[in-house]
Amino acid sequence: MTREDRIVEAFVELASAMVEQFDPVEFLQGLAERCVELLDCAEVGVLLADTAGALRVMASSSERTEALEILQTQSEEGPCFESFHRAQQVFSEDLAADQGRWPTFAPAAVEKGFRSVYAVPMRVRMQALGAMNFFRAEPGRIAEGDLPLGQGLADIAAVALVQERAGKESRGAVEQLQHALTSRVVIEQAKGMVAEQAGIDVDAAFVRLRLHAREHNRRLSEVAHDVVDGRLDARALAESRAGTSNR
Amino acid sequence: MASPDRLSVVLRAMADTRSDGPVSLVDRVCLAAVELLSLQGAGVSLIVEGQLRGTAGVSEAGITAIQELQFTLGEGPCVEAWASAQPVLEPDLDDRGATRWPAFARAALEAGVRAMFAFPLRIGAIRIGVLVLYRDRPGALDGEDLAFGLLLADVATQVILGLQAGAPAERLHDLLAREPAHWAEIHQATGMVALQLGVPLDEAFVRLRAYAFASDRPLREVAREVVARRLRLEEAR
Repeated sequence: MTREDRIVEAFVELASAMVEQFDPVEFLQGLAERCVELLDCAEVGVLLADTAGALRVMASSSERTEALEILQTQSEEGPCFESFHRAQQVFSEDLAADQGRWPTFAPAAVEKGFRSVYAVPMRVRMQALGAMNFFRAEPGRIAEGDLPLGQGLADIAAVALVQERAGKESRGAVEQLQHALTSRVVIEQAKGMVAEQAGIDVDAAFVRLRLHAREHNRRLSEVAHDVVDGRLDARALAESRAGTSNR
Repeated sequence: MASPDRLSVVLRAMADTRSDGPVSLVDRVCLAAVELLSLQGAGVSLIVEGQLRGTAGVSEAGITAIQELQFTLGEGPCVEAWASAQPVLEPDLDDRGATRWPAFARAALEAGVRAMFAFPLRIGAIRIGVLVLYRDRPGALDGEDLAFGLLLADVATQVILGLQAGAPAERLHDLLAREPAHWAEIHQATGMVALQLGVPLDEAFVRLRAYAFASDRPLREVAREVVARRLRLEEAR
């Protein structure tokens, strides 16, 4: 597979993540691994802001504890921290020379063998949700074109995350809508079934359903569900009309 | 992402739409789509687990039938956009569309439709329905039109959830439940047929649909006959 194919594939993967079963941690883990394959870097880390606005490590291309430790030093300083807060790209092409800039992060990164670092914000509109870190073992500039590509992947990932969050928030409303949509169909189906079973017309069937619901202090939609699921039949409804209890 | 420009254009079009009858907010989304994209019509179907569960809005009454027809036949851009969760764009029903959905394309062409563009109503991974745009001339949507189509689908989604949020518990909001009278009969007939054939409800609906298709009659007419007991679907295998 050519590099171009892999890039296209990575974008398609990110885009399709939005419509399938979506697990944010798994999604970001996949993103980090893809970035290491595609970009001129040794390790990739993804940090997202929690509800309090503090950055948390969400994924890393390697499980090497040293990489994770360096990512974690960025809760208050470092390229990811700055990139997130300024919603801009931040980099150091020589970490050894930038010790003063990030007194905790830079020496720790150098000690673990990283000599340069890039951070890109994960933005939706102008707001950053977090940032991605690209660590390199050599000092100097990242390969031409890799930074825009990394930014593109970060931005698409941010859109997917926002969609997922919006989906979670709307889930209650969607369930309520779908329940209401289904219920009114089920009520009509139940009318038809009661009419067929009892040999009466659908209006009379509706009266029986409503009466049964009232007498048993249940919702009409519940009674209708019982009918279509075969837990309640027309005979039981007819008895209920005569005032005998059943079920 | 929607640029604020486009959104204000859509909202303005929704506010400015004129129609003879009373229109709901979702109808307004459809009317705005017609206005902005020079369409023949537009409609929004509500779908739960692949089943058509309602028509939330239309630019004109005639659109309801053609939206429903796709579920009667089990094919068409609306059905496909739901199943794939992706927009389905068909610039010419008389060309490629005719091989994709032979039965539906024939009926749509007869109704004067030449191109159809279907956009799922999505919030993240969840889908609640499909917005379908109808044109009486062939041709693809350009990039700007496509951006409007996606935005209109988002607006429709938010309007529907917003309306339903104000509905009494368990009930569908009145503005989302405005089907023609035959809507209820189709589901009543489905219940009757399930017992007549001793099959589950979803199969009963398929059988009812198949009967209508095979006898070349509208589903609503067959349903009315069943409910009036002038027709029984007996086991005929």
